[in-house]
Amino acid sequence: MIAATIIGGGVAGLCAARALRDRGASVTVIDRGGDIGPHACSWWAGGMLAPFCEGESAEEPVVRLGQEAATWWQDKTGLVTQNGSLVVSAARDQGDLTRFARLTRMSESLNADQIADLEPDLEGRFKAGLFFPSEAHLAPRAALQSLRAGLIESGVEFETRQADPQTEAKAGLTIDCRGYSAKDTVEGLRGVKGEMLVLRCPDVTLHRPVRLLHPRIPLYIVPRGDGVFMLGATMIEASAGQNVSARALLELLSAAYALHPAFAEAEVLEIGVDTRPAFADNLPRIRRTGNLIQANGLFRHGFLLAPALARMIAAQVFDNQTPEVMDEIHA
Amino acid sequence: MRSFYGTDLPNPLMLGTAQYPSPAILADAFKRSGAGVATVSLRRESGGARAGQDFWSLIKDLGVVVLPNTAGCHSVKEAVTTAHMAREVFGTPWIKLEVIGEEDTLQPDVFGLVEAARILSDDGFQVFPYTTEDLVVAGKLLDAGCEVLMPWGAPIGSGKGLNNVFGLRAMRAHFPDIPLVIDAGLGLPSHACQAMELGYDAVLLNTAVAKAGDPAAMAEAFARGLEAGLLARSADPMEPRDMAAPSTPVIGKAFLS
Repeated sequence: MIAATIIGGGVAGLCAARALRDRGASVTVIDRGGDIGPHACSWWAGGMLAPFCEGESAEEPVVRLGQEAATWWQDKTGLVTQNGSLVVSAARDQGDLTRFARLTRMSESLNADQIADLEPDLEGRFKAGLFFPSEAHLAPRAALQSLRAGLIESGVEFETRQADPQTEAKAGLTIDCRGYSAKDTVEGLRGVKGEMLVLRCPDVTLHRPVRLLHPRIPLYIVPRGDGVFMLGATMIEASAGQNVSARALLELLSAAYALHPAFAEAEVLEIGVDTRPAFADNLPRIRRTGNLIQANGLFRHGFLLAPALARMIAAQVFDNQTPEVMDEIHA
Repeated sequence: MRSFYGTDLPNPLMLGTAQYPSPAILADAFKRSGAGVATVSLRRESGGARAGQDFWSLIKDLGVVVLPNTAGCHSVKEAVTTAHMAREVFGTPWIKLEVIGEEDTLQPDVFGLVEAARILSDDGFQVFPYTTEDLVVAGKLLDAGCEVLMPWGAPIGSGKGLNNVFGLRAMRAHFPDIPLVIDAGLGLPSHACQAMELGYDAVLLNTAVAKAGDPAAMAEAFARGLEAGLLARSADPMEPRDMAAPSTPVIGKAFLS
């Protein structure tokens, strides 16, 4: 029986644990922070399963591999909402909407009435939009908790401690899923700062993630149910400090206000900041040196790509198959 | 091509480094266009002492001349502080000076610009001021110590090309010895070509390349547009005229048939 130790209990580690366990491995997950929490970058995620929208700026593998995500998460957690995604822009930024449509696939153009049919609270606010009917979203924290619970149920062990991948690898197969914390040992990894907000705004109801295009401040807003919304997210080429900048707050809130003025009355529940791990092409990588596998660089696509990454890790471990995102292998 | 503070550039393209889909695509755009200068913004990445290190080292790895900028600064003080930080991070006296005066059009606050240019020039910086085509402002920038001028083509990110060709032509004629760079507003390679035809020394652009569907291909297209404009300029273009001038002789043709 194959035994695997996974270091890092964020979205990459938990998905890898699920995929390896499903194929019969005995799995231990080690995380310095114990249970899912703010120390994991995925704790702050938007939870959009929107491969086609991401195609606006992401490379082809993100669009293709991301299409596995909604089914995978629904199968493992049952927490996926499949309502599509809506993209809108202010009248003065119509050109950005045209560009978005040109650079993506699987969208339908909407006029003002069709937008109102989908999201009655946005009635009269936007003249044109795009709808991506096949896309989905989930609540990331609930999904991670459910995934973890399922893993415990199926016999996966969880340990709370600091672990060194090299040391663990001496004892057996080890998968390093530590994200940006692994920066010092993962060649070419950089940090991309993200800032987000959670608001409660019972005056607005949205049924699906909405993206507001803007030349400087693109925003997405994901409904979490019960009048709660996640607003995200800045993308800054820097590793995060502890704090959100005033500018980020100002921009995110202005954009939310532009989407619907009622957001001005919202309660701010949370302000979050963290560092996304990314390689130069913003695509994830799997690397293997003997007993040590590094899986990293999910960038802003943690929930979207972790299932595909986990599948590839399992195929490497069980079938010795070289994953398409593997760039280094040393026996 | 005139030199910039004594530095000769390999070609007239200065490329911004913001808004690309990924750093890998950014690097590709530089490779395919052969751009000689990379502008990089410090303001937004300044979340602490060494926070932007990862990205800055990627920029340094491009192996081109780095022109740090003060994008996003709205006051003289902010711009001066950012310039000092840039000099520390990149070890260059070059600074593209932006003092934004209007949030919607991002047009320069020319009063703050002249003041900041004087402070920085006195402090040993080699300033590339982002300005309008206003000749009086341009003169004051030169008085403040600038040896390069960067008038806008159109508002930043608008892609509208050279909005005031008359003004830009006047600027070129007015300052025949000063290196002039069209900064901002270009959308297409034809705009860059036109800037070269007007006798400008370089163009600086970002959005037109970064937000193209294929940024690297667009960067190359701009490089070729610049090449065409430069070549046309050196080939002594014809003068436009009001009447047709037949390119083949008409005498002897049966033009009454």
